[in-house]
Amino acid sequence: MTTTDPQNPHPSPSGTRADLRPEHIRDAVIRLAGNSQDGIQSAGAMLARLAGRSSQDVMTYMTIPSTISGGASIFQVRVGSGDVLSPGDAADFLVAFYQHSYEDNIGFLREGGVLLYDSDNVQPDTEDKRFVHVGIPITGLTVEALGGTAKDKGKNIFVLGLLAKIFDFDVEKLKRLLNEKFGGKDESVLSTALMAFQAGYAYPVSNVLSTRYKFEPSEDTGGRAQVTMDGNQAIAYGLIAAGVRYGAAYPITPWTTVMEILRAELPKYGGLFVQCEDEIGAVSMALGFSYSGNLAITGSSGPGISLKTEAIGWATMAEMPLIIVNVQRGGPSTGLPTNVEQSDLNQAIFGGHGDSPRVVLAPSNVEDCFYIAIEAARIARNYSTPVFILSDASLATRLQAFDEPDLANLVVEFRPNLTPREPGFQPYPLESLTQHAPPGTRMLGGIYPTVTGLEHDEMGHPTGNPRLHTAMTAKRRKKLQKLASEIPTPEVFGDEEGEALIVGWGSTYGPIHEAVKTARAAGESLSSLHLRHLNPLPNGLEKIFARFRRIIVVEMNDQGLYGYGQLATILRARYCDPKISSLNKTNGLTFRVKEILEGVLK
Amino acid sequence: MSTLTASPIPEKLTKKDLTADHPTWCPGCGDFAVLASFYKMLERRQLPHENIVTLAGIGCSSRFPYFVNTHGGHFIHGRAVPLASGVSLARPDLHVFLFGGDGDAFSIGGNHLEHGARKNINLTYVIMDNSVYGLTKKQTSPTSPVGFKSKTDPNGAVDQPVNPMKKLITAGATFVARSHATQVNHMIAMMERALDHPGFSVVEILSECVEFFPGAFDPGNPRKGGEFRQIEEKKRDGTPEDELRHDTTDELAAYKLASETSPGYFGVFYESDRPTKNALEDRWIRAVQAKTGQSTALDLLQKTFDRMK
Repeated sequence: MTTTDPQNPHPSPSGTRADLRPEHIRDAVIRLAGNSQDGIQSAGAMLARLAGRSSQDVMTYMTIPSTISGGASIFQVRVGSGDVLSPGDAADFLVAFYQHSYEDNIGFLREGGVLLYDSDNVQPDTEDKRFVHVGIPITGLTVEALGGTAKDKGKNIFVLGLLAKIFDFDVEKLKRLLNEKFGGKDESVLSTALMAFQAGYAYPVSNVLSTRYKFEPSEDTGGRAQVTMDGNQAIAYGLIAAGVRYGAAYPITPWTTVMEILRAELPKYGGLFVQCEDEIGAVSMALGFSYSGNLAITGSSGPGISLKTEAIGWATMAEMPLIIVNVQRGGPSTGLPTNVEQSDLNQAIFGGHGDSPRVVLAPSNVEDCFYIAIEAARIARNYSTPVFILSDASLATRLQAFDEPDLANLVVEFRPNLTPREPGFQPYPLESLTQHAPPGTRMLGGIYPTVTGLEHDEMGHPTGNPRLHTAMTAKRRKKLQKLASEIPTPEVFGDEEGEALIVGWGSTYGPIHEAVKTARAAGESLSSLHLRHLNPLPNGLEKIFARFRRIIVVEMNDQGLYGYGQLATILRARYCDPKISSLNKTNGLTFRVKEILEGVLK
Repeated sequence: MSTLTASPIPEKLTKKDLTADHPTWCPGCGDFAVLASFYKMLERRQLPHENIVTLAGIGCSSRFPYFVNTHGGHFIHGRAVPLASGVSLARPDLHVFLFGGDGDAFSIGGNHLEHGARKNINLTYVIMDNSVYGLTKKQTSPTSPVGFKSKTDPNGAVDQPVNPMKKLITAGATFVARSHATQVNHMIAMMERALDHPGFSVVEILSECVEFFPGAFDPGNPRKGGEFRQIEEKKRDGTPEDELRHDTTDELAAYKLASETSPGYFGVFYESDRPTKNALEDRWIRAVQAKTGQSTALDLLQKTFDRMK
């Protein structure tokens, strides 16, 4: 917790009475720890939405066990009045529902932090004076408030009420959120939720915790309202904004919610998303949609992407536009289905048979998931090529608040271009970009085109002609080289030159930026460069690299046989620069800021 | 789903307009007759040229799209059913024809065939079954009979072959027919009925591979001493003879009829008017859109974002 009162940095359990002036804070990390069926996700999500509505910056972090029901689960909300870049290295506030929740998570509470525990279920070590212990019989009070049923459902909402009181949250806004969440259901569900909330809010928490907190108003709201969503939602709505109306997929964690959203949403826009029999059927159907003149999306997580690989090779050869979303998880094989890893970069760039160049993009945060989906659609259409979006498990489930996009200027509509084509139309011209004539297009010269996975001439006729295979292979390569020249060189965060430059990609953006900020505040020379375009790479990176003495590529994958992570290996091969080194992590969890600082400043 | 402008048909569509590259098949291949029958059927039906789509997977017969001058696509092995399904679902204005062989349909693409049939996608699938892998030069196929000697079964095939009619009926295909590549008029009639059927319509055509399995379908060819036994369909004329004729809507009768495989029966085994996925999804889309009224994409997305504030 960053407080603005240096005289009183830590909350104190001592004898001050209730209703004192609240302590102003800029940033707090609240971790809720319970079991997966306790609804801590929904309570945490409501906190995140509340923060988003109050123009606070917010970031969440959640782990859900891959078991079907039950199992330990956490939800962490970090709310801040400035930029919130990472979910936080340590919690200021830990809410423990069970003894195991306490034992597993107490190590994450910072010294001076508050442990709020359910005294019906948890017996903490109260001798441990590093923490402020606040015991409240959460289970008993919830059961009491809800009319004495033996069930303890509603504990999550009770805790929400408690937190609302402690952090002086806007109660009316929270009640509105409860209304939105439960209002559509049976009336009794909403009234039960409100009762649980009131009970938590009315609890005389000041008897056991003397301090109350209040977030400072956010300094920069930019005049735009904030929207709060997770990365999978942001990808789905970005695709919708980009005019993508068709898609097909097969369920797999953590990709699935993208397809659930698109299945429900696309019909509103006159489109369709189909759940297929398998991953191969899904990519094939998506290619059928694209061939019909409607750029389509398929997606999956690592194992499913492996299955789609042959058809993606066809998309490269036939020059068919397609968006492939990979929400990465720990691998290989079934691996760590609910944990995060960035180990599918090689698969995205190189995971094809033959010389099969494809575009690979990676979003930096939840907001970027929205914008990168739009960019992917634009590239796929303009270059008639498959485009990968490499997201990951941490972005998929992380709720983040960001400035509402300027939809009026972003939303586009596309229809298949069935304008009759002039005589001499070529589906595969050597000297220009392919733009297919979808079926239904009249061919005024009387010759109808065939799209094909066989090597072909400019008309799409199969050929084994050696000169043509060379020329067509170059055609498919050159369009990505042309794309590279249109990608802006990314900007360095921090000084333009110096001792060390961190290079990152994907969801490590937040912790890397926070690490750079922290290091620079402490007088270190540290900068960072974040890559959103991984294939092709933007031009001009070598000039940036030349200005630093050390380049450290930070990524969540293994250091490989030769000591370098997947992006680091590609950068070393591309720039032949021995200054490039690697900082890797493969424990299935996101980078902590501290880990980055320790890794790069040694 | 898409707003499309109808194009007038300029003139009569002839075989000449529909002919593209010269087929690369071996002389004597049964597929030539299938191609000729397809041209004839299209000449007869006079569909708008630009709305005909010819798709295929991999195999000898899957070279079809190169020989037909229509919009076409040559996809990967076994996956042409979902490709064609995507085209069909997104574009109700098109006539989607899919061509392939027994390997594509019943082996590598078996799962897709089942689910295309189950979903009842509106398209016509012509399967040229030669009971051998010809493009790769004589390996056992899923319809090769037990005892068939191939390069992968030098002592004779031991695995029970797929029964295509039974597989299609149980999978839920809503038009299931069988023909023989030596019977041009019958092929045309079957393809035409398949075209007219709304839903997943399949015509399996026994098409001899003269190079690697010559004589495979002689038992069904009267000119080679065989018998071309056509299914007599019910005329529903109330006569006693009609009792004995085949009811194409009777799934069990169709299944029973399919039990005899060599030479077996030819004609329509089964047809059903179960709604297509195309129609069901379209109904859903219309219902959803009726609720949202005339909202533009921007209105709809803005409303969604307002809820996330």
